[in-house]
Amino acid sequence: MAGPVAFFAVFFAYPVAAIVARGLKTGGNWQFGRFGEVLARSDIQHVLWFTTWQALASTALTLLLALPGAYVFARLDFPGKQLLRAAVTVPFVLPTVVVGSAFLALLGRGGLLDEALGLRLDTTVWAILLAHVFFNYAVVVRTVGGLWAQLDPRQEEAARVLGAGRFDAWRRVTLPALTPAVAAAALMVFLFTFTSFGVVQILGGPAFATLEVEIYRQTAQLLDLPTAAVLTMLQFLAVGAVLAVHARTVRRRESALRLTDPARTARRPRGAGQWALLGGVLASVAALLLTPLAVLVERSLDGPGGYGLHYYRALTTLDARGGAFLVPPIEAVWNSLEYALAATAIAVAVGGLAAAALTRRAGRLVRGLDALLMLPLGVSAVTVGFGFLIALDEPPLDLRASWILVPLAQALVGVPFVVRIMLPVLRAVDERLREAAAVLGASPLRAWREVDFPLVRRALLIAAGFAFAVSLGEFGATVFIARPDRPTLPVAVARLLGRPGELNYGQAMALSTILMAVCAAALLLLERVRGSSKTSGEF
Amino acid sequence: MSTKKITAVVAATALGVGVLAACGGESEDAKSAEGAAATGSGSKTVTLVSHESFAASEDVLKQFTKETGYTVKVLKSGDAGEALNKEILTKGSPQGDVFFGVDNTLLSRALDHGLFTPYEAKGLAQVRDEVRLDKEQHRVTPVDTGDICVNYDKKYFADKKLAPPRTFDDLAKPEYRNLLVVENAATSSPGLGFLLGTIGAYGADGWQDYWKKLDANGVKVVDGWEQAYNEEFSGSAGGKKAGADRPLVVSYASSPPVEVLYSEPQPDKAPTGVATGTCFRQIEFAGLLKGAKNEAGGKALLDFLVSKTFQEDMPLNMFVNPVRDDAKLPELFTKHGEVVEKPATVPADDIAKNREQWIQSWSSLVLK
Repeated sequence: MAGPVAFFAVFFAYPVAAIVARGLKTGGNWQFGRFGEVLARSDIQHVLWFTTWQALASTALTLLLALPGAYVFARLDFPGKQLLRAAVTVPFVLPTVVVGSAFLALLGRGGLLDEALGLRLDTTVWAILLAHVFFNYAVVVRTVGGLWAQLDPRQEEAARVLGAGRFDAWRRVTLPALTPAVAAAALMVFLFTFTSFGVVQILGGPAFATLEVEIYRQTAQLLDLPTAAVLTMLQFLAVGAVLAVHARTVRRRESALRLTDPARTARRPRGAGQWALLGGVLASVAALLLTPLAVLVERSLDGPGGYGLHYYRALTTLDARGGAFLVPPIEAVWNSLEYALAATAIAVAVGGLAAAALTRRAGRLVRGLDALLMLPLGVSAVTVGFGFLIALDEPPLDLRASWILVPLAQALVGVPFVVRIMLPVLRAVDERLREAAAVLGASPLRAWREVDFPLVRRALLIAAGFAFAVSLGEFGATVFIARPDRPTLPVAVARLLGRPGELNYGQAMALSTILMAVCAAALLLLERVRGSSKTSGEF
Repeated sequence: MSTKKITAVVAATALGVGVLAACGGESEDAKSAEGAAATGSGSKTVTLVSHESFAASEDVLKQFTKETGYTVKVLKSGDAGEALNKEILTKGSPQGDVFFGVDNTLLSRALDHGLFTPYEAKGLAQVRDEVRLDKEQHRVTPVDTGDICVNYDKKYFADKKLAPPRTFDDLAKPEYRNLLVVENAATSSPGLGFLLGTIGAYGADGWQDYWKKLDANGVKVVDGWEQAYNEEFSGSAGGKKAGADRPLVVSYASSPPVEVLYSEPQPDKAPTGVATGTCFRQIEFAGLLKGAKNEAGGKALLDFLVSKTFQEDMPLNMFVNPVRDDAKLPELFTKHGEVVEKPATVPADDIAKNREQWIQSWSSLVLK
């Protein structure tokens, strides 16, 4: 327990507190009066209102589109299911800087909608909402679908035998069992969209700003730390409230449900209704999730002399023209993999320790910690990045110029996922199994190796895989840290996009495609590991 | 209560440490550089802090090491404004020795916060007088200039048999309706530069009327240069693929040569041109940070930044112009670049006093 607490205290709480204190304290006195001043400003009120309603609308839209998807992935069997499940998760771990331009290809001029309906949605609020669906589809599919797949269909069948209608049986049996999962997923989507940054900046245009965008503007651009501090505290309160509710629903979800092997609940679609549902879900996934990804790939191949691997080859050579990089851009792939591995190691160690501690103990305090571990997901990357700068500036913690800062920042985002994946599995290990092994003469080590490890290993791998994919795509905290000149993939993409010229643009698309492929590979591997795993965590 | 869980966790940690160690091994260079930086004033490493756009040829940095014995370590992050704000935040305990990348729009902010130790760099005599904005105190040293100008898509105007615009006035004319895309002055450095250009051209009283005309003429505002140039501007490689429909964009005077440089095969003529009457000149400075661990190395680095070697290397790395009279421009620039004779200027003091106010009024005028 001490490990994770110390980790969060040093690398999260302390830097964030330092930057907030810098804004709210003058001459050693807290200036809480600033809350009133900032809140009275009409532009800030506008930001608060927009942040809230777009998050609510995005959440509703995501549920509307993704719940049928959750059902299809849970209950129907179709070829390529694993691949598609990995594919819909790719957006979730991709940085917005990469997807933004591809998403414009869907909604902007000459995009799919423009061609079909003459509809252009870029720089409208619809672009933001649909992009939020794009990024969060997987959250619903994985959280709700994961549980749905494990609900024993015989319960619903029993209700029907007893005379309930089809809808009635679903409403009274399945729905109550699913509600906590739906609520948990909705809260996570709300959290992610409430704190949305890149999507709003790239797709919304200058007319829209969320709280997170405003915090970035006030901190990084205007250096108005008092206003930034007030906004950070507001976001903290909002996110804290959401997380508290989330922790409650998660606990309800972990209450005894009769779960079964997901492999047994899924079957080939039957009847026109199921086929239509499958078709509809596949069509919406193709249009909303796969098209933007396909556009990236297409543009990476569309070279000066027709389609080919031109830009990929360019990535591997050092640019004799001079330019954005001192090393071939492909090095960014290795940098990213190194950073992501280090971040995964930290996240698994810290998250694993935290999950173990949370399993062993019960009580209000521990439950609070459960929610607390999720806080980094809801705190602005710029706050953490700038906090690092002023907090970690003295030995032994002068890490500002160190490479370790990047994986540390990435691990902060990875830990919550590790905890959420590990916790349900660790809680589900039956104490009696170990006792039985002991009675049969196994040493504690052997009991662990034969009983616990096989049960936990899978979750550990899944957690590591997810933390890895999330770290790989992490962009926010990475850009706010001054780094030695070893760009990660997202940073290299941003750098290439920041320069004129066809070759730069093409290489940016090629690097994005590589990033996407690596994420997809990690996630696909994860699907394999998950396999027919009986108990899996939320993601 | 359960040793098993503890063991599981120990295994996880062991795995973690193993991977960490593996990673650490590969980052040996970075670590040894830190070790050297931490040893203080006798150090052979000098740390340059800058924004994301800083770049220099490896050969040139090696030459610096050969001449002075110092190795340069570069730390970069964010855009110019963000990078400067980080220095202000860490004042007194800076991340490095020299900061590069404060421009004339932000200069007063840096100087008001007293970030820099005065130092008169060697070779300053060769630097053009009009860029030496702090010539009494030498807190900052000018390193490069760049012009922010409207770029046009040559093909569009040739196809339409329309003369491309040349001046700010032209941009508000009906024949250029719905053709211009600009960046948000509040979030983008070229966006702010263009706004300052219009203020320089029309004065503190006239610029708002001008922007009303631009607005009525269908100017489009997006948040950053990347979106404007790669997504909206029909003359860029990205814009062509995206089917962009705005042939006028606020970018840099150096963008056309760079378009040529990064095309394959390189065309004889740049696909884009510069409206030379719409330019605002940015001057970028470097300074020795107060509290620098390696002051001697920092001074040597400042000397080097205005040396002929570095100045001639700079154009093709950062796409900016040298400040030294005797630095030769690469052929690419002389062939495809356009000379900006009279860029609009606004005195640095005026910018300092009014910047936030101007951005506020501009936002409420144009973004609504």
